[in-house]
Amino acid sequence: MEKKNKHIDRTKKVISIHDLYKSFGTNHVLRGIDLDLYQGENVVVLGRSGTGKSVLIKIIAGLLKPDKGVVNVLGNDVAKISYRELEQLRLRIGFSFQSSALYDSMTVRENLEFPLLRNSKQLSQGQLTQAVETALEAVGLSQTIDQWPAELSGGQRKRIGIARTLIMQPAIMLYDEPTAGLDPITSMEINDLINEVQERFNTSSIIITHDLTCAKATGDRLAVLLDGRFVREGTFEEVFASDDERLKSFYDYNFIT
Amino acid sequence: MSLKQKQPRRYIFTGKLDAFFTDVYAFGQFISRFFGSLFLPPYEFKEIVRQSYSIGVKSLPLITLTGFITGIVFTKQSRPSLSDFGATSWLPSLVTIAIVRALAPLVTGLITAGKVGSNIGAELGSMKVTEQIDAMEVSATNPFKFLVVTRVLATTFMVPLLMLYMALLAMLGAFVNVHSNEQTSFVSFIENGFHSISFLDIYSSFIKSILFGFTIGIVGCYQGYNTTQGTQGVGRAANTSVVMAMFLIFIEEIIVVQIINWFRMP
Repeated sequence: MEKKNKHIDRTKKVISIHDLYKSFGTNHVLRGIDLDLYQGENVVVLGRSGTGKSVLIKIIAGLLKPDKGVVNVLGNDVAKISYRELEQLRLRIGFSFQSSALYDSMTVRENLEFPLLRNSKQLSQGQLTQAVETALEAVGLSQTIDQWPAELSGGQRKRIGIARTLIMQPAIMLYDEPTAGLDPITSMEINDLINEVQERFNTSSIIITHDLTCAKATGDRLAVLLDGRFVREGTFEEVFASDDERLKSFYDYNFIT
Repeated sequence: MSLKQKQPRRYIFTGKLDAFFTDVYAFGQFISRFFGSLFLPPYEFKEIVRQSYSIGVKSLPLITLTGFITGIVFTKQSRPSLSDFGATSWLPSLVTIAIVRALAPLVTGLITAGKVGSNIGAELGSMKVTEQIDAMEVSATNPFKFLVVTRVLATTFMVPLLMLYMALLAMLGAFVNVHSNEQTSFVSFIENGFHSISFLDIYSSFIKSILFGFTIGIVGCYQGYNTTQGTQGVGRAANTSVVMAMFLIFIEEIIVVQIINWFRMP
């Protein structure tokens, strides 16, 4: 699917990260990160494995605490708000995990109902079913509603994982390696789905990947993470117009369709 | 922030001893987090009932078989010693004391540690390494309350009930054996058996079972919730849950028996 012109509101920051540091023991993963995400924008964070890309979005979702710096999400400093405030904030953030993270002991329907049941207790069974069917329809997998996660393919699991986040109608989507471990055709379908989610639900997204095809297809802006810092930001073409050998080699080892 | 490489770590004792004490401290923190979360909403009643069913009802076949066989075997093994003194009429008393005071709580605890403890460790461990616990957290659900508090409460409630059930089954097994050898009637067996035990014996068994249930739940949850290193870690969590729970059960057994004996002294 071709990317359409979208309305990115450059006056409205939904995520603002300033001078972010994070270490694990002596391993200094993030060393002074600055990043802004605007309303309606898809930002791709690109980098090799182990450079701290996933750590970055886990900090944004409040799963990890930063050592230093400010992470402002929808007007909330995630390091300073209370657990209850963080829970309220998380309702507006969708997180698509690398492993899909579907609950094995629940069917697809129960997986999708789970966040609704936990957070919207006044919903009737009819409204629940309606919400589940709408979310599944959005990812094109209505027929899997009564299947178990173990019966789904990798691509289907990713889609259901995205549907589970969409059901809460988030303002921000965080995708952790959305195409990892998928074949090229399924990867393309996931890329299309990410763009479709952005257009249909007007979400702002951070997409973590080392797949340049995914980065090119989904990103309005790319930020390349190397050695714990962003070394280059811009559109796909701007980023890879660089003479930086590290970026060139990264480009050369990826297959661009 | 200084990015200088830190000096190599110095240990207080040795690496392994330090790791042991760190683990003990972390386990203590985990227990205090459990009690801190216990009385805070949401209370997750549905999940507690679901876990109680899963832990209690699904353990019944194993408990039934083990209880009945324990009663028969213990009676058969005790008979020769008593018959040497012509005291086989004491069998109901001996068997009842053994079952109520020691066998029922201990065997139930050990069996539940093996079946339920390993299951909890493996289930939570698998959820941890496949990011399902993180997924629960980002969907604004407190995973500690939903996964840990419910399971620990379920084991704490269900192990005493399973112990009671096992004691009854073991008594039944003992009666079958006594009746087939000595033609003792059921009423006579029960009268002789219960004449020799006191309420203190029953209380102490319930206290032990509550402690064992709590231990099985909290150890399984602690091991599973802190699993690292992928599928290998899941296996280790399941295994450690059983070993650690059994070890603690024996320690608790010794302590409770000692305390109860102080009360028993004239």
